[in-house]
Amino acid sequence: MDLHTVVEVVSPAAVGQWRPGDAWLAGGTALFAEPQTDVTRLLDLVAAGWTPITVSGHGLEIAATCTVADLAGYEGAGHFTAFHELATACCRAFLASFKIWNVATVGGNLCAALPAGPMIALTAALDGECLILGPTGERRLSVARFVTGDGATALTAGELLRSITLPAAALTGRTAFRQGSLFAHGRSAVLLIGRRAGAGLVLTVTAATVRPFQLRFAEVPDAGELAAAVRETIPDDAYVDDVHGLPAWRRHLTARYAEEIRAELAG
Amino acid sequence: MSVRINGTDHEQPPRPGQCLRTYLRQEGCFGVKKGCDTGDCGACTVHVDGRPVHSCVYPAFRAQGRQVTTIEGLAPPDGLHPVQQRFLDAQGFQCGFCTAGMIMTTAALDGTRRADLPRALKGNLCRCTGYRAVADAINGVRTVEEPGAGPAIGAGLGAPAGPQIVTGTARYTFDVDVPGLTHLKVLRSPHAHARITAVDTAEALAVPGVLAVLTHEDAPSRYFSTARHEHPTEDPADTRVLDDVVRHVGQRVAAVVAETEAAAEEGCRRLRVAYEIRPAVLDPEAAMRPGAPAVHGDKVTGHRIARAADNVVGELHAELGDVEEGFAGADVVYEQTFRTPRVQHAALETHGAIGWLDEGGRLTLRTSSQTPFLTRRALAELFELELDQVRVLTGRVGGGFGGKQEMLVEDLVALAVRRTGRPVKLEYTRAEQFTAATTRHPFTVRMKAGARRDGTLTALSLRVVSDTGAYGNHGPAVMYHACHESIAVYRCASKKVDAYAVYTNTVPSGAFRGYGLGQVSFAVESVLDELARRLGLDPVLLRERNIVRPGEPLAAPGDHADDLIIASYGLDQCLDAVRSAAAEPVTQPVPDGWQVGEGMALAMIAAGPPGGHFADAAITLLPDGRYEIAVGTTEFGNGSTTVHAQLAADTLGTTPDRILVRQSDTDVVAHDTGAFASTGVVVAGQAVLHAARALRERLLVLAGPGAVRLGVDAVTLQQGRLSLKDLAASAREPVRAEGHWTGTPRSVAFNVQWFRVAVDPGTGELRILRSVHSADAGTVLNPLQTRGQIEGGVAQALGATLAEHVDIDAEGRVTTAGFRQYHLPTLADVPPTEVVFARTEDAIGPLGAKSMSESPFNPVAPALANALRDATGVRFTELPFTRDRIWQRLQAG
Repeated sequence: MDLHTVVEVVSPAAVGQWRPGDAWLAGGTALFAEPQTDVTRLLDLVAAGWTPITVSGHGLEIAATCTVADLAGYEGAGHFTAFHELATACCRAFLASFKIWNVATVGGNLCAALPAGPMIALTAALDGECLILGPTGERRLSVARFVTGDGATALTAGELLRSITLPAAALTGRTAFRQGSLFAHGRSAVLLIGRRAGAGLVLTVTAATVRPFQLRFAEVPDAGELAAAVRETIPDDAYVDDVHGLPAWRRHLTARYAEEIRAELAG
Repeated sequence: MSVRINGTDHEQPPRPGQCLRTYLRQEGCFGVKKGCDTGDCGACTVHVDGRPVHSCVYPAFRAQGRQVTTIEGLAPPDGLHPVQQRFLDAQGFQCGFCTAGMIMTTAALDGTRRADLPRALKGNLCRCTGYRAVADAINGVRTVEEPGAGPAIGAGLGAPAGPQIVTGTARYTFDVDVPGLTHLKVLRSPHAHARITAVDTAEALAVPGVLAVLTHEDAPSRYFSTARHEHPTEDPADTRVLDDVVRHVGQRVAAVVAETEAAAEEGCRRLRVAYEIRPAVLDPEAAMRPGAPAVHGDKVTGHRIARAADNVVGELHAELGDVEEGFAGADVVYEQTFRTPRVQHAALETHGAIGWLDEGGRLTLRTSSQTPFLTRRALAELFELELDQVRVLTGRVGGGFGGKQEMLVEDLVALAVRRTGRPVKLEYTRAEQFTAATTRHPFTVRMKAGARRDGTLTALSLRVVSDTGAYGNHGPAVMYHACHESIAVYRCASKKVDAYAVYTNTVPSGAFRGYGLGQVSFAVESVLDELARRLGLDPVLLRERNIVRPGEPLAAPGDHADDLIIASYGLDQCLDAVRSAAAEPVTQPVPDGWQVGEGMALAMIAAGPPGGHFADAAITLLPDGRYEIAVGTTEFGNGSTTVHAQLAADTLGTTPDRILVRQSDTDVVAHDTGAFASTGVVVAGQAVLHAARALRERLLVLAGPGAVRLGVDAVTLQQGRLSLKDLAASAREPVRAEGHWTGTPRSVAFNVQWFRVAVDPGTGELRILRSVHSADAGTVLNPLQTRGQIEGGVAQALGATLAEHVDIDAEGRVTTAGFRQYHLPTLADVPPTEVVFARTEDAIGPLGAKSMSESPFNPVAPALANALRDATGVRFTELPFTRDRIWQRLQAG
């Protein structure tokens, strides 16, 4: 929709230019989908031309402005099998269609910080680390800590998300994926990802909860241990209560999918 | 840097915060539609550098230096793009508002995506078709019949507007360029109930571009109802254009007219309003209790409100026979309470109108309405004008479903036009559709029924409470209708109804496909299913023991119009059809652990409303030998235009492609009650048929004593022929004949729905394994369109059954104000429905036809509830059945 209060676009924009009334603009699919009456200036990051995905021995660096379509179509790191398995599944978990993928960005999905954000699920499950640029310098933060609540991130005024780095160590283990929604191809109400890390297991819970929760096991737990860990790690009030699913159902599906993932990845 | 649109450079730079959708429309590409403006519906799909995007969430400045292709530029200059041709061949549309986006999306699908349409099309919403026709179009299945020799009636001919729809050139309400157009935006109430004590307009008026601010002090003092009926006395007069009391969150407080939308919005933000907040009531049962805040307590007499102090706008208390005696004589009695939620029509084109004064100073409104003539009448009365000082017309209307049987915008636009003298546009946002239009009435129905061992019903008793929200538009009428055909279809000696339509401080309810029947049928058909189970009887057999038969009266408690008769009867055939379906084995795979069940429900509906529904039509022989129909009723995807051309073509011995239709404009005929209550064929069609017959007689007389019959383009004479062109030239004035229909007497149509479902008790997921819908539509004038109406009605009802609910929070705010919160069925959500037609011919309807537009909706929810009961053993009493609620209910047991 038209953002009538916007009077200027700065393109390309850089860190340091931000002032009150500004909004960082990536693809725009989130910003233009709601009234933004407090925004008077758009700071365009796409025009900076950041390389969407950079592969190295250390892993993958995904620019915040990498589109979902670029991520879905990326074939440059075939040995990072965990990445490819999960990237496809997570892109498909978008409520939005493939047309939105052509414009929406990975960074935009993280910064919107919705529980159902599938790029949050993907990058959190693969131990992603955010590079945050601010007026006074840069800092790094894990994705799991970057998203702090439903619609809330660790970004402070003037900071921007530059990229997410996925470490190589997280990109090769076996993975399992479960998504629950009220509707076929609908918005995620529960999204769980399991990943074998050596002898251990990393379970990432998103969509069901107001922020990502991660459970790490040095060895694959048995069913009882897993269920207890899920109960202890995720408090009842962390389950999302909105129109996309009742909290009790989300809690139930979280436990159910966690066990399915455990069983699938055990052995 | 310019934007290259369809091969032409456009130098006008986009505004900084502008989205590509409005930029493209501003540059003349009216095929790019606004369905949501939030990136969810896909109606605005275009290609940027060859890639499909939703232009409503694409920053327009970013299109500079790029190539944009819209629906207008898709085809080669000499014809249609193959996808456009396929959408024509399968008629992959009804109202057509989503079609440009569907076509632009389809044109961008690769083989992988085309093989997985449920996923590929999740960003394209269609509210009309139920997607079967869309999928056929994408898959290249041809269903439209070519017009050829032989009768047009009974052929699956395509809609006359098809070529315009697939090329994006059909003109909907806002697809016009009006020089000097100004924009109106509305400041809406943040409170559920308050009195406006002051509005400070100074800051708003100081915003550059703001032309006027309208408040309750500028509005006529007269009360009216936004509901449109032939007889305004059907609805309470409880609404003002702008009131000094606001009764729901979202009600109009003030309006700002400005040169731009931006200035109008800024003006609204600068208004300073002082409120005296009043206690509010959000629940209809609470509203009826002593001491509850009275929503319209200020209205004493003359407003047609039954008991304003008690918040009861209408009520019905009546009994046939003696229900207590009936229950005493029953072998089994079952009683249960059922609830249905608010549902939004979600027509893809939002409400809105453009108004102006024509050269002669006549107030003119181009509006998205189902009732142009009744809206003209209401505007004339409101502003104390003669009828001929007001003209109301529509373009093609982008969906209705009853939501546009209201005057929700025209009054305010008219006020602004009269104040400013300028053309004024008010176009609702999608959020306003949810917070400031109307919804389906939420109902609570407590029903008790008794039956003897053989299944014979002994008594039916219903307590019905409908929540009409803050205003009573359609409230009493929906309540009466809800309690009629739903129980009149059963011949039970004792029936009792206590019904209340109740005010609350919530968004108003209004007319919605089925007009209350679906809500009460949900209870009635669920209860009958439960009786059949308790008696160990086949539910179809229990229906057969009790359904009304030809020649029998249609009886329900209360005073109901006596012009309703069974002028054709196919309910028995409809029941046979679902019995046959149920007898066939399950062939679809069912996952381990899932529970399988089946269920059915029936519905009856009157072919037209009580009290008269009027239509005028005229047909004129044109100088070129073709004909022109003038008819008042509106085309919004219902297909009445197609049928009108078919009716006229057969009567006049010609082909539908030689018939033009002018419609939906108060200038073209004297009167038309409107396109509602399933009347496009049975009332307006009847008028067209009468006009065609009269014209045929006139032409044969005019052609002289040797005239034998009318042919495609000539009159056959005993010797030789006389071309229609020559005949037209020989007449001193245009040869024209008129037809009229009063909408009475009325027949009834029948629908039966059957589902087989599978349910995963571990997650609550429900899958429809098979869906069969049998319908008695009388003579099927156009099988392609009638099938489309049924599929679309079933799909819309599946939305209401499995997904949709407008939620209101503790402060009275609508919290589901967009398509992300309010889930409309996508292609992935709608299974195919097999449609079976009964073979009947109606004694009243035109050429034996009956209505078939609202009614397919009505049996769907109870049929699904009955299938769910069969599968799980649990009776579900509250819509909708989303996965989380199914799971939760199964946990409770």
